[in-house]
Amino acid sequence: MEKLIDELRNIVGMENLLTQREDMITYSYDAAVLDPVVPAAAVMPENSQELGQIVSLCSRTRTPLTVRGAGTNLSGGTIPSGESGIVVLTGKMNRILEINEADMYAVVQPGVVTAALAAEVEKRGLFYPPDPGSQAVSTIGGNVAENAGGLRGLKYGVTKDYVMGISFFDAMGEHVKSGSRTVKCATGYNLSGLMVGSEGTLGVMDEIILKLIPLPRARKSMVAVYGSIEKASETVAAIIANKIVPATLEILDNFTIRAVEAYSRAGLPVDAGALLLIEVDGHPGQVEDEGTEVEALCRKLGAESIKVATDDSERDKIWAARRSALSALAKLKPTLVLEDATVPRSKIPDMVRELQKIAAKYKIDIGTFGHAGDGNLHPTILTDKRNKEEWHRVESAIEEIFDTALALGGTLSGEHGTGLAKAPFLEKETGMSSIIFSRRLRKAMDPHGILNPGKITGDV
Amino acid sequence: MADMKRLAARVKELEDQLVVCIRCGMCQSVCPLFDRTRREADVARGKLALLDGLGKSMFKDPDGVDQRLNRCLLCGSCAANCPSGVNVVEIFIKARAILAEFKGLSPVKKLIFRKMLADPSTFDRLTSLAGKFQGMFTRDEKNAQGTSCSRVVSSLLPPFMKDRHIVPMADHPFHELVPSLNTPAGNSGIRAAFFTGCIIDKVFPRIGRDIVDIFSYHGVGLFIPPGQGCCGIPALASGDMQTFEKLLEYHVTLFDQENFDYLITACATCTSTIKKLWPSIYEGKSMALREKITNLSEKTLDINKFLVDKVKLCDFQGETTDKDLGASSVARGVTYHDPCHLKKSLGVADEPRRVIKAAGKELVEMEGSDKCCGMGGSFNLYHYGLSSGIGSLKQKSIADTGCDTVATGCPACMVQISDMLAKEGLDIKVGHPVEIYAGSLRKRKLI
Repeated sequence: MEKLIDELRNIVGMENLLTQREDMITYSYDAAVLDPVVPAAAVMPENSQELGQIVSLCSRTRTPLTVRGAGTNLSGGTIPSGESGIVVLTGKMNRILEINEADMYAVVQPGVVTAALAAEVEKRGLFYPPDPGSQAVSTIGGNVAENAGGLRGLKYGVTKDYVMGISFFDAMGEHVKSGSRTVKCATGYNLSGLMVGSEGTLGVMDEIILKLIPLPRARKSMVAVYGSIEKASETVAAIIANKIVPATLEILDNFTIRAVEAYSRAGLPVDAGALLLIEVDGHPGQVEDEGTEVEALCRKLGAESIKVATDDSERDKIWAARRSALSALAKLKPTLVLEDATVPRSKIPDMVRELQKIAAKYKIDIGTFGHAGDGNLHPTILTDKRNKEEWHRVESAIEEIFDTALALGGTLSGEHGTGLAKAPFLEKETGMSSIIFSRRLRKAMDPHGILNPGKITGDV
Repeated sequence: MADMKRLAARVKELEDQLVVCIRCGMCQSVCPLFDRTRREADVARGKLALLDGLGKSMFKDPDGVDQRLNRCLLCGSCAANCPSGVNVVEIFIKARAILAEFKGLSPVKKLIFRKMLADPSTFDRLTSLAGKFQGMFTRDEKNAQGTSCSRVVSSLLPPFMKDRHIVPMADHPFHELVPSLNTPAGNSGIRAAFFTGCIIDKVFPRIGRDIVDIFSYHGVGLFIPPGQGCCGIPALASGDMQTFEKLLEYHVTLFDQENFDYLITACATCTSTIKKLWPSIYEGKSMALREKITNLSEKTLDINKFLVDKVKLCDFQGETTDKDLGASSVARGVTYHDPCHLKKSLGVADEPRRVIKAAGKELVEMEGSDKCCGMGGSFNLYHYGLSSGIGSLKQKSIADTGCDTVATGCPACMVQISDMLAKEGLDIKVGHPVEIYAGSLRKRKLI
């Protein structure tokens, strides 16, 4: 181990190598509610060359490595694999290398913060739509590795829809290029596609080419108040059935509304069964038409009142309520488990009903909010992990949420990834042969099992 | 090892506050230190995990945790941005106190805090003596910020002195200019007490003078008791509870002599300390004293907020330009830096801007006006390199506005910003919003 540390020091220098126990404790966790695992060292390369040397060294010495961006992972994907493993930090590989306005793409290093990229392209009238909740700190590398989603998934898709190319170091430390700067690219395997959502198990990315699109010229936001969550979720299904695709279509249940109101005193209707927050965007004419149609649909399906934002400050108020949902819930109890089981969007009313039953059955607090428009709800369980008996009930409830989502034709995770948290349940969704196929794929690409061991497929 | 168990038990007392952190990592987006180093141990989430580890006896000795805990500006940006509402500053200060008690205070800190700071009259005497000799060691740079540099060859200096531009101590501290004051309420019907604070007293007494003049003009009665000292934050930041409590008890008794409606401060850090930390950190047993502390902290108001909310400010907006008043050059506007201890700790951001505008100045917003200037009290002494790195970002934002003046509601930020601007040789003045307001009253011969 000492020799490995010396060699790492030779690559990145004293300044960028951390080995003291105190620092290791700070890289033992991420945002998932899982047990910490302490690594042996953490290195912070400043460029591709150093990164490549680190991967080669790990390959030669059979040292497990886990890449970490902002450590906001909600499925444990950035928790180190054990005391023999190291953590590779992308914090200093955070340069936007190119923003090409003519060809509408950006080339970035993995450590670029999502919101920083979004702001930078917006200055040029361009748009990078994926906006995961943690975008103020999350990195593009992490977003790609997890195939992160966000509020705009319904109309604009998720991270995978914006990845044009990735270059990465494979488990042997060889530099692999995939994809291109062109809109179309039909050469070779679609390795970029394989890398997206691979959670650091197939390679270590050093450059990512991202698709950009023109910034929508107009947008309109509104909030509709419902007496019951069923009516709100039926409206969601109706909007989609009417072939309208809002940029954002979010739902807040009564539990969440009350939490947000207690927290922000924004004047939300605390008696409402649910709120729908809707934004349409695009060409001004289209926005006008769709806005009116959506409003009419909401009324028809039983909205008690609808407020349309007339200016930016009113729009900001509407979205502030949604953005503070997680914060407001987080303040209620010490432990918060944010789930992201997702169903086909027409099944949202069923999922909502089932979640209420599960909360009652296990006598736990579940606040539900989320991306109703794309079927990706966030049932958020509030508990205190120190209360063992309650934690046990929470674990049972989580498993039942998974089963329900799958029974409705959905998936265990819409956007948080498999990581460690969902690895044991993956078989329920994909079946064993899919897991075995994935393990074989992994074994072929990473024969010594050094790339983020234990994640997604369990031990290979 | 038994000792570490004892320490763990003490840290465990913070557990209820520590578990509030859900490890979401959002603090990374606002931490000025993390922005420079990208290290998890430098951001709140990492430090909270370390304290959690200390409580679970995960370390052989507390030194590594202590070291990392002290690499923090205590700016509170993380707390203001925390989705779960973790009371980061309070936790860190309590933890520093626990660690200082366990490890013992360093001899230098013991000397400075217990023999000097804890006794306001000794502190005044020593700083006055130092003020008289400062000219021997420093050289007036004759710049817009009025800073001085060391005369001594930099290789002989400790790292925190090299190349530093110091705002020198004033010839006469405020307590010499105005030893005490006790005037009845005038037209406003309000009587306020003024807590001077060390930096205004010793470095920027002109701010104190301006406040006396402004209050007199607006008919606000003033109570300034003699013998004021430090609010206690330097001691608190080093975990010296003994000195903190001594200073707190001293001042509560000092201000208890008279009746007044508000306790006014012009230092963001003093305001935030008195308002938030005095009641939450004080551990003394006396219920009567506790009640007095709560009472005093509730009455405490930042000067800008006081002027905007409680006094009918003169409004010179758009009335006359500097040129009309015979200024030699046309003003290039004023930009405002939000002190962390005003905006993030107390939510005061709009008021100082209104004071500047009321003075008839054009306010130009800088990018990231609420980003920390990097001062952080003693952080600036122990981590001058990091502090300057953060400060130079602030300097750039200020310079980009093209303004000839930067105002801020905290004299500590003024010291840091002066150092940063002077280093770059920029012709930009540094002032407090009340100085700007007083200036416009003075130009119109109102005071």
